[in-house]
Amino acid sequence: MLAYIIRRLGYAIPILLGVNLLTFALFFVVNTPDQMARVQLGDKHVSEEAIEQWKAQRGYDKPLMFNTEAGGLGLVTDTIFYEKSLSLFAFDFGKSDEGRNIGSDIQQRMWPSLMVALPTFIIGIAVNIAFSLFVVMFRASVFDTAAMVLCVVLMSISGVFYVIGGQFFFAKLWHLVPISGYLTGPDAIRFLILPVIIGVISGIGGGTRLYRTLFLEESGKDYVRTARAKGVPELTVLFRHILPNGLIPILTSVVVVIPSLFMGSLLVESFFGIPGLGSYTLDAIQAQDFAIVRSMVFLGSVLYILGLLLTDISYTLVDPRVRLS
Amino acid sequence: MTFPRFSDFSMFQPMLLWSDILIFILLFSLIAFFINLSRNPVARARWRHVFTTRIGSGAFIVIVFYVLIALLDSLHFRTALPPVEGSDGAISQEADGTVHYSQDVRSVLDIILHDLDSQDEKTYSAPFALYSFAKENQESDAGYVIRAFPRLEHGGKHIVRDEEHVLDIWVKTARAIGLTILPCLLVIFLHSAWRRRKPPVEHPLPWTVIYTTLTILVLLCGWVLNLSQYYHILGTDKVGQDVLYQSIKAIRTGVLIGTLATLVTLPLAVVLGIAAGYFKGKIDDVVQYIYTTLNSIPGILLIAASVLLIDVYIETNPEQFKLISERADFKFIALCFILGVTSWTGLCRLLRAETLKLSQLEYVQAAHAFGVGDWRIIFRHILPNVNHIILIALVLDFSAFVLAEAVLSYIGVGVDPSMASWGNMINEARAELARDPVVWWSVSAAFILMFVLVLAANLFSDRVRDAFDPRSVHGRV
Repeated sequence: MLAYIIRRLGYAIPILLGVNLLTFALFFVVNTPDQMARVQLGDKHVSEEAIEQWKAQRGYDKPLMFNTEAGGLGLVTDTIFYEKSLSLFAFDFGKSDEGRNIGSDIQQRMWPSLMVALPTFIIGIAVNIAFSLFVVMFRASVFDTAAMVLCVVLMSISGVFYVIGGQFFFAKLWHLVPISGYLTGPDAIRFLILPVIIGVISGIGGGTRLYRTLFLEESGKDYVRTARAKGVPELTVLFRHILPNGLIPILTSVVVVIPSLFMGSLLVESFFGIPGLGSYTLDAIQAQDFAIVRSMVFLGSVLYILGLLLTDISYTLVDPRVRLS
Repeated sequence: MTFPRFSDFSMFQPMLLWSDILIFILLFSLIAFFINLSRNPVARARWRHVFTTRIGSGAFIVIVFYVLIALLDSLHFRTALPPVEGSDGAISQEADGTVHYSQDVRSVLDIILHDLDSQDEKTYSAPFALYSFAKENQESDAGYVIRAFPRLEHGGKHIVRDEEHVLDIWVKTARAIGLTILPCLLVIFLHSAWRRRKPPVEHPLPWTVIYTTLTILVLLCGWVLNLSQYYHILGTDKVGQDVLYQSIKAIRTGVLIGTLATLVTLPLAVVLGIAAGYFKGKIDDVVQYIYTTLNSIPGILLIAASVLLIDVYIETNPEQFKLISERADFKFIALCFILGVTSWTGLCRLLRAETLKLSQLEYVQAAHAFGVGDWRIIFRHILPNVNHIILIALVLDFSAFVLAEAVLSYIGVGVDPSMASWGNMINEARAELARDPVVWWSVSAAFILMFVLVLAANLFSDRVRDAFDPRSVHGRV
């Protein structure tokens, strides 16, 4: 097991290197430091000195990938790629264009993101499983068909509309919760209710439909038929046989997103003014602060790869037949 | 009546934006695909299954309706500028015969919509309103300056007394529906009479649903075209533009982003997925590495980063884009391309797994033993057997891309702000919903038009999946 995990983490290195190369190519080769300086300084007629100064301050005045002037290791290390991209491997995110430390920003902003994403994730799964079990109980009936049509309808509504609609009805019209904002401590709950509810509702359509298929697949298997033939009541079949076995594919399929919960949601956080990583990223995109975007891309990739690893481990935990090799 | 002189034909200059070219190429290849498909009896039986369901054919008609509007909106031209004062002739023309064309690019759809875009008001106005949404300083009859809601310039200008307003709407509605429903009923009657004379088929198409859907669509068109001449049916937005016009123009953006982005994913996913599954070894390693890497980057960040770069490119190379619409179009195609490149990995993984499985089967092994070449095996034995996966993924992707556009435009990395799109309309909704009284019509219009398209696409993809997926009941033809 431990050997497997270590080997998998080793596989992650070339992938992360690829991610870095790709983002580096996107950010620096297509969009040179000169252009970045021009955009940041915000003037078409900036003097050359101002650009040079801007670049020197932020360490963009080095060659991109190979420094032919520096000898020895400096050939590779004294370059923008090494300093800006490879240092990410040590989780050294450097400074944003405004001069703030990205690493400490991330540490600070990760908690509000988690406060929204974690309840949404857990409640969402619970609600979806409950709904899909309910639908499976009435399978092949009018109720089943109606529920599935409703799911497709819910899936066809853009996430933006859930947020807009929720804010409009719950906050503006009925004054149940504040429209947006965030507080630390116990007061945060008032601000978190709406984003969590909206997050859960917007996922119901797709989630219920997927889980229903998984449960239906399980309910067609031989052991379920045997249980019914033995005269086991339908409810017991559902909760004792179908549910535990149906949970296996559900759990293994959701594990991959758990680490990424830290990243938060761009949409929800910016609409509700929650100072998490999602809104951090969005602000950076809008301010064209590539240092932050690059760090977030790297962080997102690391968390995704971690999620893949967790998925594999979860297979062995829930299903003893699976062996990692 | 006089015939136009030859020079009058230069009033219009047809114009092909890149996205127009792509959409028409796509259209022709789709037609070719369907002609090709109709020769295959198995595929024909499956498509019949899609269209004999009520939801399947109803959703298909709605999708075709949207696509038709998008196509009409893709026939672009520029009109010649009116002449400089004092010169003769109908258009502005230099001595050597060069004609000066207007900077704004128009489409055939604009003509059908009776130049709705030129009927701008000053600011917001509610649907069917006679008065503006915002008060203005006005001089009363007695000579005082008062704050009041001014009359709209175009909306309901034929109404003399306010009491006529509601009645007028009903009269116009009744007239529009009366005029359009008669030909509809006639066509339906003739067609069903003609159908009854033919021998009955085994699986008849759900004609009631088809007739109803078509009639509703035609009635809606007739009503909208008729009443939009007199009123702003969906009100006006902040700068006084007609919301109906914008939301109809946004159809092209939505449909194109769905189809073009799907078109980009297709070759990448099919070529790489099948190659990885069939050749295995090194090729498989490389393909797996590429899609794991791409997958591990948060999609929205990759898209945002790429779109920002396109923005920078446009900013630094302004000389390549003379017209605003050319710039918007370039950005639009780039966006489709980026969306496609960042989302082919799911289909690729499915195809790789399926090809791995297929290449172990006896008939493929037999083909190998007979010495059939790799390419031939792929085209004759593998590709036809993964067709259903590709088809299902394509239809599902379409609605995902339409939805993605709204989110991206909200984040500010979507289509150009000058281009009409549902995302841009929603983007403004935040400020509008915070107003008091609420400006609800713009976001509602975007919501309904987008919802209908995505719902139709989702329902249709469900039917396609039912008919083509071998695991479902209907798939076993």
